[in-house]
Parts: sequence; C-alpha cells; structure tokens
Amino acid sequence: MTNGAVPGTPRVALTLAAPRLALRGIVKRYPSVVANDGIDLVVRAGEIHGLIGENGAGKSTLMKIAYGVVRPDAGEIEWEGRAVALSSPAEARRLGIGMVFQHFALFETLTVAENIALSLDGKMDLASLSTRIREVSRHYGLPIEPDRLTHSMSVGERQRVEIVRCLLQSPRLLIMDEPTSVLTPQAVTKLFETLRRLATEGVSILYVSHKLDEIRALCDTATVLRGGKLAGTAVPRNETNRSLARMMVGSDLAECRLQPRDAGEVRLELRDFTRRTREPFGTDLKSLCLEVRAGEIVGIAGVSGNGQKELLAALSGETPGCDSGALLIQGQPAEWLGATARRELGLTFVPEERLGRGAVPALSLADNALLTGARKGMLSHGIIRHSASRAFARAVIESFKVKCGSELSIASSLSGGNLQKFIVGREVRLAPKIMVVAQPTWGVDVGAAQLIHQALIDLRDSGVAVLVISEELDELFTLCDRIAVLAEGTLSAASPTNALTVDSVGVMMAGASHG
Amino acid sequence: MRFGAPLFAALAMLITGACVFAAMGQQPFSALYLFFVDPLMSAYGMGELLLKATPLMLCALGLAHGFRANVWNIGAEGQLTLGAIAGGGVALFWGAALGKFALPVMLCAGVLGGMAWAAIPAVLRTRFNTSEILVSLMLVYIAQFLLVYLLHGAWRDPEGFNYPQSKVFEDSQILPTLAEGMRANMAFILALVLAGVSWIFSTRTFAGYRMLVAGLAPAAATYAGFSEKRNIWLALLIGGGAAGLAGISEVAGPIGRLQLSISPGYGFAAIIVAFVGRLHPLGIVLASLLMSLLYLGGESVQLSLQLPSAVTGLFQGTLLFYLLAADLFVGFRLRVKPRAVPEPMARPQTEATP
Repeated sequence: MTNGAVPGTPRVALTLAAPRLALRGIVKRYPSVVANDGIDLVVRAGEIHGLIGENGAGKSTLMKIAYGVVRPDAGEIEWEGRAVALSSPAEARRLGIGMVFQHFALFETLTVAENIALSLDGKMDLASLSTRIREVSRHYGLPIEPDRLTHSMSVGERQRVEIVRCLLQSPRLLIMDEPTSVLTPQAVTKLFETLRRLATEGVSILYVSHKLDEIRALCDTATVLRGGKLAGTAVPRNETNRSLARMMVGSDLAECRLQPRDAGEVRLELRDFTRRTREPFGTDLKSLCLEVRAGEIVGIAGVSGNGQKELLAALSGETPGCDSGALLIQGQPAEWLGATARRELGLTFVPEERLGRGAVPALSLADNALLTGARKGMLSHGIIRHSASRAFARAVIESFKVKCGSELSIASSLSGGNLQKFIVGREVRLAPKIMVVAQPTWGVDVGAAQLIHQALIDLRDSGVAVLVISEELDELFTLCDRIAVLAEGTLSAASPTNALTVDSVGVMMAGASHG
Repeated sequence: MRFGAPLFAALAMLITGACVFAAMGQQPFSALYLFFVDPLMSAYGMGELLLKATPLMLCALGLAHGFRANVWNIGAEGQLTLGAIAGGGVALFWGAALGKFALPVMLCAGVLGGMAWAAIPAVLRTRFNTSEILVSLMLVYIAQFLLVYLLHGAWRDPEGFNYPQSKVFEDSQILPTLAEGMRANMAFILALVLAGVSWIFSTRTFAGYRMLVAGLAPAAATYAGFSEKRNIWLALLIGGGAAGLAGISEVAGPIGRLQLSISPGYGFAAIIVAFVGRLHPLGIVLASLLMSLLYLGGESVQLSLQLPSAVTGLFQGTLLFYLLAADLFVGFRLRVKPRAVPEPMARPQTEATP
C-alpha cells in the first residue's frame, strides 16, 4: 500500500497530517516460518483501522511489533511522522500506544483494582484507583467491580478489565485484539459507540478481528493479511462479507447450512436442575430444564458470568453433584457421575480453555490425544500404545487441517485456532453420542470457525446430540436448531431458531444482566 | 539448558567449596582433591560410593514420581525409618521361622512399612485436605521416636549391655554383597532395576501419564476425569514404598541390626538428588552417585583434615541452592531496569486537530 490518500476516508482533514502510526516493509522471520513478509500498514489520526486475516496470517506478530513486544528483522516504524525504534511495551506506552490483548495477563488471586495497579507504572493508592476504574467503566459502558477477585471472573468479565486497564492510560493509539468476542450484541453496540467517540476525540484505533460484520460496521479502512503477506487494503463499508472473506482466504468459503431433519430420542436432559455455587462470586443454577435430542444442535446463548462456567462443570462431570432436580445422560441419572463415567455413557466435552484444560500445554499432540482418547485402543493392559495415539493424532490433524509440524509438536506451540481444531477433532473422533462444546470458535479465524461449525453440523447429521454454549449469537444462529438463553443462572425455554431474531435473544441475554 | 543447569550448579558448588576450604585455612585444591577424588582411589572406596548411593537412589526415584505429579512428600526419611522397623521386626521375630525366605519377606515388609507411613499423609490430604508437606515432614520425627521407643523397650537386645539396639541379624537375613571386600550389596542392583522400572512407568504406562498430567495441568487432569485422590495415593505410596525399601536395605545391609541412627538424612538428601537428577531416572542415578560422593568426601576431610562433619551438609545445601538459582536463570532474564518514568494517568485527552 502506498502512502496515497485512501479513497473514501471520511475524515479527509486528518489525512493531511502525518499518520499516527506507519509500519513500512515489516519483515519478521521465525525459525520455521516468515510471520510477516514486507507488510505496510498506515493508521491515521482518529481513524479506526481494521486488521483482518486468518489464523497464522501474521496479525499477532504485526501487533506485537506495533506494541514493542517483538522487534522486526527489517522495516521501519514511524510514529507521527518520526522514525522510532519500539524496544519494549513500556516504550510503546510512553508514546501513547495501548493494547488490549486477546489472552489476558491477570493475576488470579488479586482483585481487579490490584491487577490494574500492577500494570500502571506510576504509584497510586487503591481507593482512588478504584474510583477511577468505576468512572471509566461507567463512562464506556463496561461494568466491572474493582474489589472483585479475578479468579472468580468469567472470560467476558476479564476482558472488560483488560479494556478498562488500557483506557485508564489514555492512549492515542489503541490496539484491540478481538475485543468483542465475549460481549452481548447490545454491549458490542455500546463499545462501538465508545470507540467511535474515542476516534472523534482523535484517538486512532487498530482493530484486529475476524468478525467481518463488525469490521464493516466499525472500520474506516482495513488491511488484510494472508499467509504473512499483505493481501490488500479495503474500505470495508464498500465490501461484502464474501468479498472480504475471499481476500482473507484467497478463495471462496463454503457456507454452513443446516438441512432440516427430525430430532430423535432425548440424549441429554436437565430436569429442574438446581445447584448452588461453591465459589464466591459464582452463579447459582436455578431449576434449569433442557432437552437435547439425537440429531439436533441446541445452543445456549448468554454472556459469561451468568452461570455458563457452573453449568459446564456440572455437565462435564468435573464437579459432579446437584442440590435438587436431575441430570440424565442417555436416560440414566448422571448428576453424581464423574467425568470418566460420563464419557463412558457417550458424552464428550470441549471446554472453553484450550491450554491447561482441553490440552496439556507441555505435552505433544499425540500425548494430548491420550488425555481423553486413551480408552479408544491406545492402551493395552495399562501400557500406552504410542503408535496408536500417534496415529489417532495424525488422523485428527489431517481431517481437521490442523497446522502444526507433526503429531509430536508441543500443544502450546500451536496457535489458538489450530489447537481448538485439534481438541474439537479429538472429541469428534471419539464417536460421541452427546457432545457439549463451550465457545467453539472463541478467537478463531473464519476458516477454522467454518471447519469447526461444519464438523458440528456433520455430527448432528449423523445423529449426535450437540449442545453448544456460546457468546456469539451469529454462531448460534448459523448452527443451532433451537436456542435457549442462560441469564443470571436461569435458563429460558429453548425456542426453534427460526422463531427468534438476534435482537430478541439479545434482549433476553441483557434483560437480566443489566446490559 | 534445562539439563545444563545441574552441571552449572555442580561447578558453582566446587568453586564455593574451594573458597570455604580456603577460608578455613586449608589448601583449596588439595582439600578438594581429598574431598572428591581421594575417596574413589580404591576398590573399597568405589564400593562405599555405591553403598551410599543406594538409599539415595531408591528414595529419590520414589519421590520423583510424586514431585512430577505435584505431590510433595518431604517425609522420605520417616518412611525409610518405618521400612527399617517393619523389615527389622520381621527379622527379629519371624526370622528363624522363615528360614531362607526371611530376606525377601523382610524386603516386602520394609516396602509395606514405608507405604503405611506414607498412607497417613495420603488419608489426611484426600479426606481433610491437609498439606502433605507438613504431615509427611512431622511424621519423620514421630518415626524416629517410635524407633527410640522400641529400641529402649521391647526390641532391645537382652544381651546387648543395655545399649538401645536390637540383636544382630543372622547372616541369611543380610543382603549379599556385590563382591568380596566390598560393602555395597544387592540393593544397589535393586535400585538400578527400580530406575529402569520407573522409566518405563513414567513413559509407557497410563498410570504414569495420569500422574504427569496431574502435575503439569491439574485442570486438564480433572477435565479428562483422572481422579485427584488416586493421584495423591499413588504418588505417596510409591514414594513411601521406595523409601521403606531403602530403610530395610540399610539395616539388612551395612548396619546388620536395628539401631538408633539408621540414616544420616538420606531421605532429605534424596529430595536434592531428585531435583538435581531432573526427576528423570537416569539423572537420579547420576545425581545419587554425586550426592554419595559428598558424604564420602565429608568423611574423608573429617578424618584427614579434621574439618567438621557439617561440610557435607554445606556442599549439599550449596548444590541445591545453585541448582535452583540456575533454573531461575534458565527461565528468566536479569535486566537492569532504567529508572522508570512514571506515566501520569489522565483522562482520555482530546487531540488538537484541524
């Protein structure tokens, strides 16, 4: 991209000034891959600039370079017309660059205010900081409670902390990495208002996302990366999702479609399932009723922190038990069964956290196949058949197009999307009768998301009962036969998807949780 | 890097040792020679090296399984004592009746004794969530007092001039030595076999895999449905059993009877051995030989230079200290921080734009 005027930029006056941030000819090589290969990116003052690309396209590396975490092998960085060497995030912050990361850096045992205090370079007493946090969070419609302990917070709530933490430092360029993945549609609208206001105040925003609708609604211009190279720039509001996706992927994507089909017998059932939380700040589950039948996908919408974590732990058997009511798996009472016993009844589960729960970060993919697949022929008399676990992992890698060195690659070396494909693939390959999936495409690019969605639809078509818990309404509307909403520990009745609209579900999600 | 750290730690320990010797008015190099080389210059010395390495190796192999699984059994010394009591009791009371089966039964009793002692922290941890670190450590002293009680009472040798020790075991109740004129015995071979079994257990069996996952990612172990209780039990029983075997091997080996002091802290030194050996069976075999050399060297300089016996403990301590330091520097980088410029917190500022 040249430094010429971008057609269609609404704030013409600003284009005359030097760009806020210009990256020119950025190259970054890693031992096995060229992550960025001669990339140019220009963000003007007061501009909202989208950065889109698939997993592994080089977005994260480019953002890390812009935030001083990683130094480029070649290329120049200019800040307001002046060449700078960003040697550290502190340096970047000093210039006025703030970043909201997709993966959070919060200490679990500290409160929100303490966490934020740690990231501020100056000293500040906690009481006045708490007041500031309340002000900023109210101002930007991101409700958080400064005195709450982080470990009890859901992913969605933690993200709010990260955003507020960044806004407290009054940045002049705000880099946001997938910021809306865990917000309600109303909250997204509100965040966008905030971002637009920031932009009119002169703050530039570099917005990394895979949600093309959002990019089109929000961004003035967009840079598209593909395979570490610049695939092009675009004015998103002049594009369609399809044309943007084509730029990203390089070819047309198949669309996921549900073919109508009759559901079979009930495989998973909650009957007035009630369970008090065992954690401070947790959510009690109140008299939940739900049926998931063979050959259907049921979605549970709602913002994290409304009982999602508790419901998932109760379904997966990681913390078995209930106070009243019943949980039936394949018609058998299962509320007190452990995770292994539930697996034997045919339930598989994909958790929200990939590293450390769905997969052991320090072990290879083959060893991670053992985690839940051990009983599928990978053992003989308690001895591991490494050839079988490797073959299993290879099959998953192949059928789910997991990008990795081999089945001996360490799980933590994979990108989030690829690891998620591996975990979903592993659980699918275990031939479940019931599959419970939490946030299947959280932080995953369109290509991987499409593949995961198709896998879930294929499962449904083969007669598996699938339960998807997600904060992304688009996803639920693409995938689900029926949708219910979990808000403040109460589950609405599941309605057929075609009887619902995004707005009506959004109102139910927000109605109880005050936006 | 991870495997270079123990080598670095050993080197740093030598340098520190040389300084300490110099500070005590000795020639550093000749003292180091006496400490580290002289003990190995005879066949007898080599035998002693293997002899002292044996209990260290046994305890460390068992403990390593626990440490890998995030179960912190600190009480191998107590489990070793109980192994000696249980196995020794078999020799004293049923030795004659068992005849040539006495020795294997004694070894089994030793293993069971160590396991029983380790079962106490396991029960308390799984039932009441008590810390296995504290419980297993406190049980070391209780085990010691149990031994004192027995040797001053029922188990005292009636013909032993009132010394607090049991009667001497029969020859058939003593482990055969490896070679004539050497005190190292078959327990060393047993320890090597156990190292092999440990390696197979941790790399090839599903039980070993479950323990590994529990240590690396507890949430993933819960997700996969691996029982936390089973993990704790297994870790403590393996550690206790191996320590118990070390205990009976000492009393049915070089000592030849029950007495008040059975171990010069092998159970504690084994913790260092396990970590210096990177919790890997082969590493532990090598680390136990090094630690054994520290014991021998300590005795050697005690005899020839009249240095205090605390020198051994000093070398052990510096070795662990440097290992932990080296591990820290493998994982983190030390950086001299320039004086931080405080960033003022302000409201989102409005930029002056045309």
